Amino acid sequence: MKILVTCKRVPNPEHKLKFGGGKIDLASASWQLNTFDEYAVETALRLTEAGKGGARSGEVVALSIGPKDVGQQLRGVLAMGADRAILIGGDDAALDAWAVARVVKAVVEREKPDLVVLGKQAVDGDSNQVGQILAGLLGWPQATFLASMRLAADGKSATVTREVDAGVEEKRVRLPAVVTVDLRIIAKKAVRAEGLAGADAEWDESPRYASLKGIMAAKKKEIKDVTLAELGVDAAPTMKVLAYEAPPQRQAGVKVASVEELVAKLHNEAKVI
Amino acid sequence: MGAVLVFCEADEKGVRSTSLPALTAGAALAKQAGGDLVAVVIGQGVAAAAADAAKHAKRVLVYDDAKLAAPLAETWAPQLVDAVKRAGASALLGTASSTGKDILPRAAALLGAGMASDISAVLGANRFKRPAYAGNAIEEVEIGGSVVVASVRQTAFAPSAGGAAGAVENVAVGAVDALGAELVALHATQKSARPDLSEAKVVVSGGRGMREGKNFQILEELTDLLGGALGASRAACDAGMVPNDLQVGQTGRVVAPQLYIAVAISGAIQHLAGMKGSKVIVAINKNPDEPIFQVADYGLVDTWEKAIPAMIAEVKKIKG
Repeated sequence: MKILVTCKRVPNPEHKLKFGGGKIDLASASWQLNTFDEYAVETALRLTEAGKGGARSGEVVALSIGPKDVGQQLRGVLAMGADRAILIGGDDAALDAWAVARVVKAVVEREKPDLVVLGKQAVDGDSNQVGQILAGLLGWPQATFLASMRLAADGKSATVTREVDAGVEEKRVRLPAVVTVDLRIIAKKAVRAEGLAGADAEWDESPRYASLKGIMAAKKKEIKDVTLAELGVDAAPTMKVLAYEAPPQRQAGVKVASVEELVAKLHNEAKVI
Repeated sequence: MGAVLVFCEADEKGVRSTSLPALTAGAALAKQAGGDLVAVVIGQGVAAAAADAAKHAKRVLVYDDAKLAAPLAETWAPQLVDAVKRAGASALLGTASSTGKDILPRAAALLGAGMASDISAVLGANRFKRPAYAGNAIEEVEIGGSVVVASVRQTAFAPSAGGAAGAVENVAVGAVDALGAELVALHATQKSARPDLSEAKVVVSGGRGMREGKNFQILEELTDLLGGALGASRAACDAGMVPNDLQVGQTGRVVAPQLYIAVAISGAIQHLAGMKGSKVIVAINKNPDEPIFQVADYGLVDTWEKAIPAMIAEVKKIKG
């Protein structure tokens, strides 16, 4: 089983954004791997393991698009256990979902993975489009917002659950396929390859930390630099951001001393009860 | 400019209320684009929804077929593409529900069209406002190309009031290829008498501080007393206290009720992204330094164990 997993760096979501001249100033941003992509890496690794710390079978290839600095995040993914990485040079701020999907499609055509795993959205752009556009362009089935995933023993299909507005949907897709992961995917028993891991296999309820051994091993693993020109992809965005602005700020209100005061204010002042 | 096509989600009774704000956004865009508003309904046994959609659009295209019974992106996205061509549409809209988020980008891929997700305002035929960075930035975006796709933030537009009498056209559905995808089952959330989270006038949400799922019972009591919907923070969902479909936030549901009561929720950025648009925000938390108090109109520093039973008693007095 060969799995391609996409990794995007995002500015630390806990830091306050700086606005200036209709733009967001990211010059001093501290970058980290998008949380959902970290979950995607964890998912891909579990699909190649017999259980926590168990034997591995298959290959996990991490892919990112961005400037040279993204090598730092990719090195972290290799330290988690991914086998190798590909870094497509580009200006990450100038890419939209379409451009990214075209790049990933070109890499899929070269690498021919059985499965592409993505985070359901990047927490900076919040677009939630790349996986679906990629699947559409490839003509592959898609399974979005996964809460769990079981890869069939023959490696030809996967059965997943997706948390949807109406409840939980169970879907089966033929491989090759594109899947995007949601929060629950890191539950202890959420992911397994039936041919590799038994029903009792479980992992920690979080993406794994890189061990010292993993960090040492990652230094020897390959990060292949590829240019957009080599890939032959036009990465011009179809969505242009004309301007950014800060949203209207809410003012902190009053502290009340008691439940009686609170309910009286909600009833008499705010008139919402 | 061409027509504006709005994807209307259907249930057995009619158009889902989830889709009504997308029809409003569609009408605004049709005005900008100078084209007609056309609705599209997909599924099996959706005649009631088609008739319902005709109250909101000039024309309704209906893809009613047993092969489309399951809401699969693989089979539904091509019908949206067919509908765009049939309607001569220059825009395709739908609500950013779990169905819309799954299907619309795939349709955009098949159309070769750019897409704006989660739009909160229509500025022009291909210009929109949308939140990014967990709602901490509002982007003004322009989509290139001859067709524009957008998903609509449900709470940013009023539900369409109707009043139209559109023509319903049943389209003969051609060959359908699910590409090896199949719906195995839908385990629906137990139907409750409570309103939908995105439409409720009151939302009561619990966070990590609730500690266990069974402690949400007392929040449910308050919720029902206020006729509201129950929500939760990502931390509470992650910990498995409540199902993920109750999650309010950047990666969950976006709500904008008249009254939002945050109980034992710290107020992480990603939670605030889902509820900052509420009219009145109440925070109840034992720690006075939590960031939730910075956005709350009324803050009460107390434990939920003490505050919520007292609040239930007080509200009962008012409600008589």
